[in-house]
Amino acid sequence: MMTRKGVSIFGYGYKKVSNLLLLLLIVVLFFVPQLAGKYPMYMAMHILILSVFALGFNLLLGYTGLLSFGQAGFYACGAYGCGKVLILIPSLLPGIISGVLFAGVTAVILGFLCIRHTRIYFAMLTLCFGMMIYSLAWKWHTMTGGDDGLVGIPRAPLEIPGIFSIDMSSLQNYYYFVLIVCLLAIGLLYRIVKSPFGLILQGIRDSESRVSFSGVSVKNYRLIAFTIGGLYAGLAGALLPPLENTVTPPLAHWTHSAEPVLATLLGGIHTFSGPVVGAFLFYVIKDVIVRFTEYWLICLGVIVLALVMGLPGGVVSIFEQKLIPWVRLRFAGRSLH
Amino acid sequence: METLAFQGLVGLSLAMYLWLIAAGLTIVFGVLGILNFAHGSLYMLGAYFAFTCYGLWGINFWLSILLSLIGVALVSLVMERFFLRFIYHLDVAYQLLLTFGFILIFDDAVKITWGGVFMIPPMPDFFSGAIPIFGRSFPVYNLFIIGAGIGVAIGLWLILERTWWGRIIRASASDREMAGAIGVNIPILFTAVFMFGAALAAFGGALSTPVRVVAPGIGATVIIQAFVVTVIGGLGNLKGAFVGAIIVGVLTAYGILLFPIFELFIIFVVMAIVLLLKPEGLFGG
Repeated sequence: MMTRKGVSIFGYGYKKVSNLLLLLLIVVLFFVPQLAGKYPMYMAMHILILSVFALGFNLLLGYTGLLSFGQAGFYACGAYGCGKVLILIPSLLPGIISGVLFAGVTAVILGFLCIRHTRIYFAMLTLCFGMMIYSLAWKWHTMTGGDDGLVGIPRAPLEIPGIFSIDMSSLQNYYYFVLIVCLLAIGLLYRIVKSPFGLILQGIRDSESRVSFSGVSVKNYRLIAFTIGGLYAGLAGALLPPLENTVTPPLAHWTHSAEPVLATLLGGIHTFSGPVVGAFLFYVIKDVIVRFTEYWLICLGVIVLALVMGLPGGVVSIFEQKLIPWVRLRFAGRSLH
Repeated sequence: METLAFQGLVGLSLAMYLWLIAAGLTIVFGVLGILNFAHGSLYMLGAYFAFTCYGLWGINFWLSILLSLIGVALVSLVMERFFLRFIYHLDVAYQLLLTFGFILIFDDAVKITWGGVFMIPPMPDFFSGAIPIFGRSFPVYNLFIIGAGIGVAIGLWLILERTWWGRIIRASASDREMAGAIGVNIPILFTAVFMFGAALAAFGGALSTPVRVVAPGIGATVIIQAFVVTVIGGLGNLKGAFVGAIIVGVLTAYGILLFPIFELFIIFVVMAIVLLLKPEGLFGG
């Protein structure tokens, strides 16, 4: 990747400009309910959820070099765990937390087995475990509701007994809850990938043997990365049932595992923001095409082909490698001299 | 006792469908080194093509199957020549994504052409009816499927082991560069092998039309079954795929009988155990 040092736009440093844009984006996100209305709010929630889902996936693919094709299994663990608890205890926090924990525990157990392999066998193993979870969700009627899934999940209030209680029945309140949780999760993951831990993961991706020669347990780091990926998938899944009030088996199906892969490769695999940009593009593309035809998947398929053939680095890499140098050449030279 | 024996026969006919799909997948992986997620969709296309020829236009059953093979082979020619060829060097994630793109395209294309409903075409007369085996009646068509599956297995074995083409394919599978160096035209070979694998999938799809549901989206289900079979037998291993298909088919048949809730789950448990203990498959290595 090209160095960012010395890049300046309109005389400002790259870092400053991107921080400013980020701040602007967050402010806009906070005013979506006032500015836009219900449907964009609903869309924004789905984009945020897919972003968290795909970011967790990309910690494995982009940073650790492991292609997981069973992330939907952990997503479903989060969703079913949260839904099940919300039906029993109508309170938001216990629901979300138990969904995330359930996914995390599942990820530790399955991760322990999965990290014994890399590359295609890792992908096959994760696919296999994901489909195992799917088959349980689909067939184990008494636990999961089978085909029909869990229905009538309440959007329970956010409360800590005796301290506060916020009603979540309005979409707007739940939007702020999802927004804040997702922003915190994304910020935390950013800290993680920029930490020494994140650097070691990237080292494992680039040269497994060198990292292990320097005395690092590759397996432990892979397991931790796998668990974090599972926790993030679980968080994404846990945020869904209060929004949709229902959870169904297709959430665990492998075609759903393809969604974070798609979002990540759409946005760009080697940049932190790639999966978020990809998640945004995914829903925007869907939204635009559905206005013209119900057959939006065929258009998505064509876009996927064009993407893989045309820009395998993802959209963000094009932005970083082509657009910013162009802007610098076009404008920055003038402001410097 | 008779029930168990009969169910074994049911499993065997199920296994032959799986074998036909998995054979093409595993040959393509063995030679080209790519895992084709759209292989199940080629099966679906084969089923729809055969259904159209036989069920809608009233063409002869055998001719319908042949036409469907040719049609799917042509589709796969376009896939390989204009798309897959350019991504052999890319990471496996991109191969999965590209072939996933084809699944989306084929699924919607089928919906646009034939509508979203599933359909079952009529059974050819000479295969209708059932014969008594183990005190129950077993459909004649399933016997035909078992025969066809074994026939394909023998045919593939003869092609690979006894012909010049087979030697070229085996040589390229074990060392692509060396085969290229001694004069094998690798790009043409890759196209040919991919079309051959696709035609095998189409054969499975075409044979399935009279008895199994033909519906958009079955590709995503079928490909997982094919993955299970090929992984159990060893990716790229043809003999393994045959045995894997029998294991999965028979296990499914008994699973439905004995523990219907966990029938699908058990298949994946077997797959996971093989992957964990012997990732190269029962017959690999």
